[in-house]
Amino acid sequence: MLQTRVIPVLLLRKKGLVKTIKFNQSKYIGDPINAVKLFNDKEVDELVFLDIDASKEGRKPDFEYIKSIASECFMPLGYGGGITSMDDINKLFALGVEKVIINSRALVDLNLVTEASNIYGNQSIVVAVDVQKNLFGKYKIFSHSKIDHNQGDLLDYLKSAQNAGAGEIFINSVDHDGMMKGYDLNLIEKLSKELTVPMVICGGAGELIHLKEAVSKGASGVAAGSLFIYHGPHNAVLINYPQYKKLKQLFK
Amino acid sequence: MITIIDYGMGNLGSIQNMIKKVGGQSIITSDSEIISKADKVLLPGVGSFDRAMSNLNELNLVNVIKQKASSGTPFLGICLGMQLLADRSEEGTSNGLGIIPGEVKKFVIKKKEMKIPHMGWNLVRYKPSSKLFANFEIFDEVKFYFVHSYHFVAKFDSDILTTTSYDLDFTSGVNNGNVYGLQFHPEKSHKYGMQLIKNFTELL
Repeated sequence: MLQTRVIPVLLLRKKGLVKTIKFNQSKYIGDPINAVKLFNDKEVDELVFLDIDASKEGRKPDFEYIKSIASECFMPLGYGGGITSMDDINKLFALGVEKVIINSRALVDLNLVTEASNIYGNQSIVVAVDVQKNLFGKYKIFSHSKIDHNQGDLLDYLKSAQNAGAGEIFINSVDHDGMMKGYDLNLIEKLSKELTVPMVICGGAGELIHLKEAVSKGASGVAAGSLFIYHGPHNAVLINYPQYKKLKQLFK
Repeated sequence: MITIIDYGMGNLGSIQNMIKKVGGQSIITSDSEIISKADKVLLPGVGSFDRAMSNLNELNLVNVIKQKASSGTPFLGICLGMQLLADRSEEGTSNGLGIIPGEVKKFVIKKKEMKIPHMGWNLVRYKPSSKLFANFEIFDEVKFYFVHSYHFVAKFDSDILTTTSYDLDFTSGVNNGNVYGLQFHPEKSHKYGMQLIKNFTELL
């Protein structure tokens, strides 16, 4: 039995699937619905979709499209991107999303997190934060919407998100995104010691051993894009996911 | 035909899709007339206990649900829909539906590395004689997806259908007659969920 969640993270741009490197160089991968169907057959633990443009463009989630994605998901589905109100959250749960992932909005106002977790329970409310090292090697909060909302301390912010009602913290490492050279293990170790809710780490996984490293540093769940999208030395697009027994062996 | 009760507590699309996928039919409704005529009832639910009970009260669904459950109609509560079957919950102050005697308690976890909510896949031990778990012997291990902070404590051991370990052993499924309650989410547990939902569609 796997206690560790292994989560493919799929990035939405318009109605297409893309993959980035360090949050840039977005490359078109394919049709999201088709990807879900492929992941269904592979008995994936959990799937996360992030609309990477919604907050930047100041628009709402594409509810109709998320609904068509959710209809195909026979695994837990998390969605993030453009969530700014209880109305958005109500709609997402009603259309078949298990977890809502709040990033930009939480940086300016954690009340939404509190309100949502009071109604839906904190297990369904995830606060995501994108983390980037600054010139001095200090971990800083990176804002998607390019506005410097929150210059505060990362750990203080995450603790306040936790206190506000976040049932899970999702960490995306900007510097490691798409590099496939392993997770930021120092970051995982630093944060997991201080947080009491489950923490999922994303950014940098290129091999299965990277997942194991992250777990050994305290991650409750491991998420990845490239690892489950690319295959082979030339990074051909091929939706893939380790066999269950392989994962079981890995975390033994 | 499975009648899925809509009382504004989320997450109805995926369960409807899984029923369709296994060849069953369903409708989503909050109409007590329709529910009273249902040949199978499914009570889903994600959210907080008091809010759920207050929604059921506002929609005047409490009585019809109790009637259906006591009349022998196959009845399945999922997640919060299972917890509502109890008499009460530590999560709130409202009375539960009182269909399966017991109460819902918050997890008390001693191990520091184990966090609340209990979220993720976990193993489920089931009563092999249960019709809801027919054909499950083909699986090497039986696991389902969980997301919850509270768990059902049944008053009578005979009502325990499944158990799961999360630091402590807790009741992850209850059953009394044709009333079933599952703490986990079959609609999000791919092949295991599909087999279970298929079994539910075949209950008489």
